[in-house]
Amino acid sequence: MGKSFSQPAALSATHTHYCPGCTHGIVHRLVAEAIDDLGIREKTVGIAPVGCAVLAYNYFNCDFQEAAHGRAPAMATGIKRVRPDLMVFTYQGDGDLASIGMGEIIHAANRGEKFTTIFINNAIYGMTGGQMAPTTMPGQRATTAPLGRDTGETGMPIRMANLLGELVTPAYVTRQAVLKPQQVNKAKKAIRQAFQYQLENRCFSFVEVVSTCPTNWGMTPVDALKWAEDTLLPYYELGDYKVPE
Amino acid sequence: MAKVLMKGNEAIGEAAIRAGCKNYFAYPITPQSEVAEYLSKRLPEEGGVFLQGESEVAVGYMIFGAAGAGERVMTTSSSPGISLMSEALSYITAAQCPAVFVNIMRGGPGLGGILPSQGDYFQATKGGGHGDYHLLVLAPDGVQEAVEMTMQAFTLAEKYRNPVMILGDGLIGQMMEPVEFPDDLKTEPTNKDDWATNGMAHRKSDKRNLVKSLFLDPSALNNNNLVLKAKYEQMKKEEVQYELYNADTDYQVLITSYGTMSRVCRTSIDMLKSEGIETAMLRPKTLFPFPEKQVFDAAGKQSCKAVISIEMSMGQMVEDVERCVKGRRPVEFYGECGGEIPSPEKIIEIIKALL
Repeated sequence: MGKSFSQPAALSATHTHYCPGCTHGIVHRLVAEAIDDLGIREKTVGIAPVGCAVLAYNYFNCDFQEAAHGRAPAMATGIKRVRPDLMVFTYQGDGDLASIGMGEIIHAANRGEKFTTIFINNAIYGMTGGQMAPTTMPGQRATTAPLGRDTGETGMPIRMANLLGELVTPAYVTRQAVLKPQQVNKAKKAIRQAFQYQLENRCFSFVEVVSTCPTNWGMTPVDALKWAEDTLLPYYELGDYKVPE
Repeated sequence: MAKVLMKGNEAIGEAAIRAGCKNYFAYPITPQSEVAEYLSKRLPEEGGVFLQGESEVAVGYMIFGAAGAGERVMTTSSSPGISLMSEALSYITAAQCPAVFVNIMRGGPGLGGILPSQGDYFQATKGGGHGDYHLLVLAPDGVQEAVEMTMQAFTLAEKYRNPVMILGDGLIGQMMEPVEFPDDLKTEPTNKDDWATNGMAHRKSDKRNLVKSLFLDPSALNNNNLVLKAKYEQMKKEEVQYELYNADTDYQVLITSYGTMSRVCRTSIDMLKSEGIETAMLRPKTLFPFPEKQVFDAAGKQSCKAVISIEMSMGQMVEDVERCVKGRRPVEFYGECGGEIPSPEKIIEIIKALL
């Protein structure tokens, strides 16, 4: 019987710095598996964000560039336009993509840039220590919203997949989660599909992944999974928001 | 090759193509939008990439991405746009990628005006973005030099893996002059596999390349800054360019001036000569590296009573001139920066007051 489980070639052997219970590790693995499945590692360039995944280039085993905060989609545009034969993906969090990088992601999506964005939505700024993000839920506490997010002052959380799905330009836009094994399997399919669309030079592809941040939510990993299920998923509904025809 | 009459902005665009640059990203801003308009037509003809980005901020990172992938790439902008690109310039320099940025300066600060200015000297030569870095800065005095320097900029950017800036002004961008294009640049960088994210499949080894600027370990960051510093020291040794005008005379005043302003100063020097008054000019063609020793030497000529820096600014390059003259002669300054260029008569009046 052959080996049924092994480390993806697109993932390095480096230990990650992610906190216990963080779901970045799962998503890293899903991305690496998709790269392996499609046999594209040697022509893939990843873009690391500013945020918890800033060191993602240490964990993937392919070429990588590191962007400034929020600028990954512009950087990916630069690479993909001059080297359309390369496979390019950005890996960004919610502060990076939905706050400071909102302009870059909207325009890259609207131009139909042929790269893939993996968007980690954990409703908080992780690396800087738990500040309020555009995705933070109403009433959710953050170090810059100590009494909980006041939507009268800061508006409602931004739903990126819904927003990008409204653009007229063809794209693959989906929201997935990695809170349960079934969700992980579906997220894996979606990530692979996103890379597949890029491989076919079809469209921009965007996979939002609802994730957890036990450390900055102040919860145990198990409680964090439950809180995400109960609080995030009713607002951030899973499913495809746009599929190319 | 025969001379052709071309507008400065269009000539810069054509020069990039002839330097083998097939990739251009930009955002419109007066007084340089003609570069983008020209290249939006020419680059597709050449099988190249033209893209109008959503902002100068984004364009800065499109340039970073393309440069990091090892492709020749250029953008052009004007002062406020360069401010927005300065974030990317800091990152590109830290990550050691070659790229060409053209600044066709307009008046500032703020929205300022759209007329020619030299108000971005500090920004260009001292680092407009954060951290310890320098751009290699070339300052053309007309359309011909703008073409030559644009082509040269790619070679220099690749030699040092550092962004090169062409610092022109609105007059150079907007005026038409006869121009002769040098031979096309045929060379390609040979070391891309060592550093560019050009895809592992293209390389002989299984080594992957990282283009990054994060160095959390203090000694690693210090080392990266030492690598950058060594490049700037090498530029100072190997890349200084300047022009001396009327300097073989017993000049009484040494003018330092660059770009459009230096052309007016040349006329003033000729007019003063016809009156029997000898003055000379040292025109830096590279603003970084600055012709430090040459300024020191030229100021020290026995006949020279004073040095004056004449600029379309409120006094920027003069600080480098003072630094280089090292107190051996008084250093004066004259400048205007509302968009009008000082006349030769005005310069003569200022110089006579020094005698």
